[in-house]
Amino acid sequence: MLAVRNLEVVYDDVILVLRGVSLEVPEGKIVALLGANGAGKTTLLRAISGLLGVHEGEVTKGSITLDDEPIHRSNAARIVARGIKQVQEGRQIFAELTVEENLRVGAHTNIKHLKENLARVYGLFPVLRDRRKRTAGYLSGGEQQMLAMGRALMSDPSYLLLDEPSLGLAPLLVQQIRDLIVQINEQGTTVLLVEQNATMALSIAEHGYVMENGKIVMDKPARELLADEDIREFYLGLGAEGAVKSFRDVKHYKRRKRWLS
Amino acid sequence: MTTFLQAVAGGLGQGSVYALLALGFVIIYKSMRVVSFAQPAFMLAGALAVSFLAEALLGIPSPWGFFLALVLGAVGVALLGLGIERTVIRPMVGKPVFVIAIITLGIDIVVRLVANIFIGLDVRPVGDPWGLNSINLGGVQVQERHIVMLVTTVLLVAVLFSFFKYSRLGLAMRAASFNQETALAQGISVGTVFATSWAMAGALAAVAGTFQATGAGIDQNLWIIGLKALPAIILGGLDSLGGAVIGGFTVGLVESLVATYQGDFAPWLGQNFSVVSAYVVMLLVLLVRPYGLFGTKEVERV
Repeated sequence: MLAVRNLEVVYDDVILVLRGVSLEVPEGKIVALLGANGAGKTTLLRAISGLLGVHEGEVTKGSITLDDEPIHRSNAARIVARGIKQVQEGRQIFAELTVEENLRVGAHTNIKHLKENLARVYGLFPVLRDRRKRTAGYLSGGEQQMLAMGRALMSDPSYLLLDEPSLGLAPLLVQQIRDLIVQINEQGTTVLLVEQNATMALSIAEHGYVMENGKIVMDKPARELLADEDIREFYLGLGAEGAVKSFRDVKHYKRRKRWLS
Repeated sequence: MTTFLQAVAGGLGQGSVYALLALGFVIIYKSMRVVSFAQPAFMLAGALAVSFLAEALLGIPSPWGFFLALVLGAVGVALLGLGIERTVIRPMVGKPVFVIAIITLGIDIVVRLVANIFIGLDVRPVGDPWGLNSINLGGVQVQERHIVMLVTTVLLVAVLFSFFKYSRLGLAMRAASFNQETALAQGISVGTVFATSWAMAGALAAVAGTFQATGAGIDQNLWIIGLKALPAIILGGLDSLGGAVIGGFTVGLVESLVATYQGDFAPWLGQNFSVVSAYVVMLLVLLVRPYGLFGTKEVERV
């Protein structure tokens, strides 16, 4: 089990981004992490996968444990070797390399099982097999997302951290990616799914966390979250009766001018 | 025609030295985005190491003793590069590129001064079996050393390119050069990438320095040749390995051809114009393609 306890992360020694986040990802499950922009979702993923250093970030309090062993002081290479792999937001493929070279870079920590993993990834994403000699930068957005996920799977991780896999994809592709995540999970990989697309994330996740301003504000089984009034209103865009809300009905106040405060 | 071919042969031989040096610059640049000014010192140190090793290995029949010395010397300088990277450069990672570049200048001066103590004031033979001997290839006089240089360089370049294409570490180096954070996320240790690039640059510089010293020997000014790699990398583009090789050979050819023909066609340019011809070509290329012939076009917003 991957567990985050009371995690506090500070960027540049001054900017407090995570203020005591706790979260659990049990083995074999899909866990969704929702939240608006700037809530700290990506920072949490970076903290787990050891990529905070690149951004001058630092874990100042709390712990991240993998099967009760702390990993928040290890470097990224160690964490990947222990089986936690992050797919970064915005795909971040190596555009100058070919598709297959991208996948081979993904197998860096697990070169022994290159053949099996390559076959598995090509089985999951047949389109990558057709494009394997192509320069990765010329793939379409959906194919690039599949490449990024495939590259992460090449080291056969036990935990996959997906950062907004639906970003910038057409609805049909989002569905395809969703089905692929389910398939990957069924093959035995635990998934922590960070999403803005709450409908998609909650439809496949077992448990959901909602983050705001660097804190977990809600934590419920996904089904309950889907039924929750506030979630329906703020994340799914649905009003109380399932109708789209008009701004005219929202009660609002005029701000009073203040000279001193 | 014979004169032309002879000039081309000489140019390719000399160009291989520039190509090897330029490759070292580019490998370090690609991994750290720093132009390492320590390459000329590695070149001098390499040539010096080979000259001592060749002396020690005189028992082995020529030319194998020299080649063994060359390999050992290259390994030695690679280790030197590795050590310098670990002790001096690694703590500076993340600091401004300019600072690291100045530190490499310092490394260059230190290594060269130490090497100079061993050289002394006289020219030191590097121990190569060829000297200035030449052979006749279909009417064209070609220096033996130039043939060896060219063949070795072509072999090294082939090995290097297949290393970057097929090996795990080579791929990791390319990936890290493209996007460091994502490379980290794949479990690549960026420290290993930096160390390998310094070791490779050191070894390449050592071979280049030894080749430069064949024929003429080693003196304290050998490192000046290192400055010729600068037009070579800028010609080819700072971040292109293929560009470095082509740039190196271009500089060699231009120099050799200008040296051969300039006296007849453009005597008004004065003597020894060939020495600066490479820089003239570099300026012309920069006017047309500021990022070099094969470099990545950088779009920056100001």
